[in-house]
Amino acid sequence: MALRKFRVWRGDGQGGEFKEYDIEVDPGMVVLDVIHRIQAKQANDLAVRWNCKAGKCGSCSMEINGKPRLSCMTRMNAYGPDETITVQPLKTFPVIKDLVTDVSFNYRQNKRIRPFKPGPKGADGNHRMFQEDVDRTQEFRKCIECFLCQDVCHVLRDRDGKDQDRFVGPRFMIRAASLEMHPLDTDDRIPEIRKEYGSGLCNITRCCTEVCPEHIGITDNGIIPLKERVVDRYFDPITMLGRTIFGIKKRKKTLAEGGE
Amino acid sequence: MLDVSELQTVEHDVVVIGAGGAGLRAAIESSARGMNTAVISKSLLGKAHTVMAEGGMAAALGNVDARDSWKVHFRDTMRGGKFLNVWRMAELHAKHAPARVRELEDWGAVFDRTKEGLISQRNFGGHRHPRLAHVGDRTGLELIRTLQDHGIHQGITFHMECTALRLLKDGDRIAGVLAYFRETGRFLLLRCKAVILATGGAGKAWRVTSNSWEYTGDGYALAYEAGAELMDIEFTQFHPTGMVWPLSVRGILVTEGVRGDGGILLNKDGKRFMFEYIPEKFAAETANTVEEASRWLDGDKNARRPPELLTRDVVARSIRAEVKAGRGSPHGGAFLDIASRRPADFIKRRLPGMYHQFKELAEVDITKEPMEVGPTLHYFMGGVRVDADTQQTRVNGLFACGECAAGMHGANRLGGNSLSDLIVFGRLAGLGASNYVTALSSQVRADDEQIRAAVRSATDILNRQSGENPYALHEDLQEIMEDCVGIVRVEDELKDGVNRIQALKERVKNVKANGSSQYNPGWHEAISMGSLMVSAEAVARAALMRQESRGAHTRLDYEGERDEWLQYNIVIKKGADGQMQVDKEQRKEPPAYLKEIANAKIEDLEAGKVGQNAPAD
Repeated sequence: MALRKFRVWRGDGQGGEFKEYDIEVDPGMVVLDVIHRIQAKQANDLAVRWNCKAGKCGSCSMEINGKPRLSCMTRMNAYGPDETITVQPLKTFPVIKDLVTDVSFNYRQNKRIRPFKPGPKGADGNHRMFQEDVDRTQEFRKCIECFLCQDVCHVLRDRDGKDQDRFVGPRFMIRAASLEMHPLDTDDRIPEIRKEYGSGLCNITRCCTEVCPEHIGITDNGIIPLKERVVDRYFDPITMLGRTIFGIKKRKKTLAEGGE
Repeated sequence: MLDVSELQTVEHDVVVIGAGGAGLRAAIESSARGMNTAVISKSLLGKAHTVMAEGGMAAALGNVDARDSWKVHFRDTMRGGKFLNVWRMAELHAKHAPARVRELEDWGAVFDRTKEGLISQRNFGGHRHPRLAHVGDRTGLELIRTLQDHGIHQGITFHMECTALRLLKDGDRIAGVLAYFRETGRFLLLRCKAVILATGGAGKAWRVTSNSWEYTGDGYALAYEAGAELMDIEFTQFHPTGMVWPLSVRGILVTEGVRGDGGILLNKDGKRFMFEYIPEKFAAETANTVEEASRWLDGDKNARRPPELLTRDVVARSIRAEVKAGRGSPHGGAFLDIASRRPADFIKRRLPGMYHQFKELAEVDITKEPMEVGPTLHYFMGGVRVDADTQQTRVNGLFACGECAAGMHGANRLGGNSLSDLIVFGRLAGLGASNYVTALSSQVRADDEQIRAAVRSATDILNRQSGENPYALHEDLQEIMEDCVGIVRVEDELKDGVNRIQALKERVKNVKANGSSQYNPGWHEAISMGSLMVSAEAVARAALMRQESRGAHTRLDYEGERDEWLQYNIVIKKGADGQMQVDKEQRKEPPAYLKEIANAKIEDLEAGKVGQNAPAD
């Protein structure tokens, strides 16, 4: 047991401040354990989200000593024995209370993504896909929706309340990618990816990839290939010529524009 | 006096409480049947405990071993449940699971594949054939995300971070739910015609558990207070392999997939002890030498299964026995070794979640060293008593499914049967509720007094001048359950447990939360204590009554299964005097064809000599 100093942001949408807590820490503890101990012993009403405590549900995202992290997977021994631990809510989303933020933005974006649309099954009633063809989609489907990538995305961070929905953010770019690269999917989301989901706004700083606790290649494996597909569709001169001569094969209008 | 008309009020046909696999599947079905459907969930969407399920979902697709069929799956389930399962539920589950799994694929799920491009299936404890459709060791995430991403486009209303406080009735019929938003502390009145409970179990009554904070038995308490019955609630499964070190992660699950993929259990002397603990009933189907177990792992279809894949109760008790005998690992568990059995890249590919979990939480590299594991409270086989085909309780318009409901798993659940349970019975509950609402001949309306009483009991916790700390009360309950209602049970301790729970109930009446109602975990904790107390008392009382050892319920003073007790379920309801009433109830005789299949020799069943007359549905 050792006595450690924690600075925890306490407050709500109106404002708040850091409060200090001196708290006993046992070997093997993670930051979330310590927050729970503060909650049980010193501040019963300290608000924090959590569920699985094993890095699988993505509920307990917060900023720890300035870095966006899952608090259940951040071990206390990653910090120096005398280091003060500062915890605060994710900066990109509005604070509800203490460490809890309003992440409803993300649920709204998810609903904008056109859902999965499979092709017909084989004669025996089964879909057939091969492992090598699903590896990429499975990588994207590892996402636990911790929204750390959304938190660090410059486009989302700097939106200042304006044009809230012009970019869906990295999480939902890879959600779109997981559908576009799904071997069974028959839909075409390229028009939305360009015009509504805002693929052009990502300037590939890879901050999202860096913070992903699932180590998903968000930028290189998801966003960049989607950008390439957009370029191929809309800006490639040969394709454009082909379209003019042979007519439009792919859907061009987005859902909002009355596309099917 | 509170004016009910000032409460935020919404109207629906069907309200589902809980947004794990069962709740989401129920809501999708109800909505597809034209019902105006809402889901309320204590957490954000996609965070429910289903997400933690690792190994897979059991369905006799026969993709890896064509000998598999619903009959073999049914037989395995009954044997795993020690024949206490509701026969019809085990039958429906085995028959419907393959279609439900394929349906997930239509909704975008991406399971691991066989070489032929079909859904791959893995071995698991108690399953005769490779049967678990899976995605690495994150199958639960795949299930919940698939249902979530499909469900949000089905016109369902989702109220997130919203906790149910009380079911409302109009006479003997369900008429609504009173709930509150955790974020604001504001109440939400949901007027509806049917409610589906999908709230999971009550693992949080114990200290060492794989369950998250949400598992406080809300569905049990809501149903009990509304007049429904609880059944088989003494059967609480201790998963044999939870993490034991460091202390702060004690109880977190280590998937059975580790053993399915070749992991073995060793004591501190390096001895593979499971060969010593093979029950007679399973001896004919279990390898009795290391050599045979290795052949099985190499894919020899004539070899019998390794003893590490015996049912969870057997493995959990064996680990406990080794620890008791002084042969445990340094932190009081057993060693689970896959490092010496499989190459590092195989382990990382098949068990990536486990690799990261140990690496990051325990600083153990499972491709190089063994894990330390021990039993952890994992699952409630029992729960709300329902009709097998409709999932309706004895309260009109009240349904339950998933872990929250009783019957499917009997005295013990096989790994992999939970995820398939969620989608099979989630769908049936959605269907049952829709049919009920469609047939409802008159309007229902809850009177104001019930609503006011529910609001009052929640706000009293904040308003009283002083009282007990909810966190301290919760710790005291956990201590009682660990001391008295653990993995092995005896009469004196159970009686002591019941008495201590009674005393604690009095203190819970005086629980006090500080602060306001806005996102206040202390208040949430205080409210959930009510549900935990009902759940804990029910388990302790039922465990005291069942004088035998069967499946997950082990009585040191009544060893072995007793034929007499196979005749009964223990059923709990709220008595007219307000006290918990516990009764033995005679079970119904199953149809002859099910009895025949469950008791058949496996060779006869697979040769088609048994069960030819079984109906298709």
